[in-house]
Amino acid sequence: MVLLSAIITVSDVHKAFGSLVVLNGIHVTFEEGKVTTVIGQSGTGKSVLFKTMIGIMKPDHGEIWYRDTSVTRLSDIELIELRRSFGYAFQGAALFDSMTVGENIAFPLREVLGIRDRNEQRRRVSEMLEWIGLPGIEGKFPAELSGGMRKRVGVARSLVTKPDVLLFDEPTTGLDPVLGETINDLVVRVNKELGLTCILITHDIQASFRISDKIAFLHEGRIAEEGPPKEVAESNHPMVKKFIENSFSLLEV
Amino acid sequence: MIVKWAVGVLEELGRFVLYWGGTVRGLVRRPFRYWLIIEQIEHMGVKSVPIIALSSMAIGMIFALQMIALLRPFQAEVITGMAVAVSMARELAPVITTLMLIAKNGSAMSAEIGTMNVTEQIDAMETMSVDPVHYLAVPRIIAAVIVFPVLTLLANVIGVVGSYIIGVYVMNVESAAYLDQMFTGLTPIDVISGLIKAAVMGYIVALICTYMGFKAEGGAQGVGNTSTTAVVTSSVAILIADYVMASLMMGWYF
Ligand SMILES: Nc1ncnc2c1ncn2[C@@H]1O[C@H](COP(=O)(O)OP(=O)(O)OP(=O)(O)O)[C@@H](O)[C@H]1O
Ligand SMILES: [Mg+2]
Repeated sequence: MVLLSAIITVSDVHKAFGSLVVLNGIHVTFEEGKVTTVIGQSGTGKSVLFKTMIGIMKPDHGEIWYRDTSVTRLSDIELIELRRSFGYAFQGAALFDSMTVGENIAFPLREVLGIRDRNEQRRRVSEMLEWIGLPGIEGKFPAELSGGMRKRVGVARSLVTKPDVLLFDEPTTGLDPVLGETINDLVVRVNKELGLTCILITHDIQASFRISDKIAFLHEGRIAEEGPPKEVAESNHPMVKKFIENSFSLLEV
Repeated sequence: MIVKWAVGVLEELGRFVLYWGGTVRGLVRRPFRYWLIIEQIEHMGVKSVPIIALSSMAIGMIFALQMIALLRPFQAEVITGMAVAVSMARELAPVITTLMLIAKNGSAMSAEIGTMNVTEQIDAMETMSVDPVHYLAVPRIIAAVIVFPVLTLLANVIGVVGSYIIGVYVMNVESAAYLDQMFTGLTPIDVISGLIKAAVMGYIVALICTYMGFKAEGGAQGVGNTSTTAVVTSSVAILIADYVMASLMMGWYF
């Protein structure tokens, strides 16, 4: 196999919590400048996989590579440096609730990019809020927002530094279909216009087929199927088939 | 059983020492986020003035009342001013201030960090290349080392005022003699030793309470449990530390 353009390589990663085996030998690659979606049932370890990729969870076994750096072998201080190349939108948004929306989005500007100029911060924050369709909410606190709004602010915060790799954990879950589309369009846009590598977890199979260059299907701790949408659509794996049939049968109603 | 327990205790101690090391490294690591320290000083210090004033006033008054009751039969009540001022400076002010601040800020420290932990805000911070210990714990520790002695000094002054009000206006001790005894009896060493104690206790409290915050897991209940543990542990720890420091400082007073 030629790994010419892999930006992240996950190799034989295992992770268990006590007796609960979550990841059981994951092999998967993510290509630079591409959109890849990870799909799979609830609770199969998609979020855990993301967290191991950025080093906030340590796998029990196996290795993860970012370009030619082994993420799993880095010290804490080296990890902090490495993460400057990443943006991570959490499934639960994980906004800092002691800070306003504006301060939340400005946080990585200051801490990751070292931008101290307030006007520059303000300009970039308001541009981001524009992108996610929530202009003018800089002064609000996370507790004043709806779940969907928080989620989008989380996406904005991960995107504001325009990092090489974006990890979006279910960015559209809990949004209405129209807003979900806005976020999907945003993913396509930052991928095409800025060339950022986008890796997302989603339960929206239809969207994933439309926007992805590659789909990886996680099942029972392993990658059950992976490839371009066309290939995955023709998969013989029973669980993959079931997933696809269920989500597309909705269209025929 | 006992072996298992001992291993558990040692492990916990090991983790705490590692955490301690992390905070010490954090003191010298860039960037230096002075605004977070100022924020904490305001939060911990300025907002605690009323409660510290109230409790030290009460202690000063009660202590004066008891001393006078004790000393009057010997006609020695003029030394009440000195007795209150010296005990406040050496022991009561630092201990009362610290216990009050544990209740008010120690529990909050641990709950704030704990909540951030269980809602993935700590993880989020790490993904943005920020060391949470450096960002959250270090400013709180620095602020505590500054705020605890300052509020202790305030407690000293207010406690003495309280004792004066009781001694002179309520129990009719002669004012000049009361003050004269107080100023000859109280030395700078008394005050300074108390302030050093307060700084050390502030350090211990902030260290333990932030550590417990980072340990919180399992939702709101977990956060509640760890902040209770933080309050109990730091209260016991500062009393032990106080005893140790008092023994070490005994020589200073003679
Ligand atoms: N910190 C943790 N401690 C213990 N167990 C955990 C932890 N994090 C995740 N798990 C377990 O790992 C499994 C996978 O969790 P994960 O969050 O990765 O699922 P997921 O695939 O993202 O699901 P969903 O689609 O619902 O978000 C779950 O069974 C969960 O209980
Ligand atoms: Mg998940």
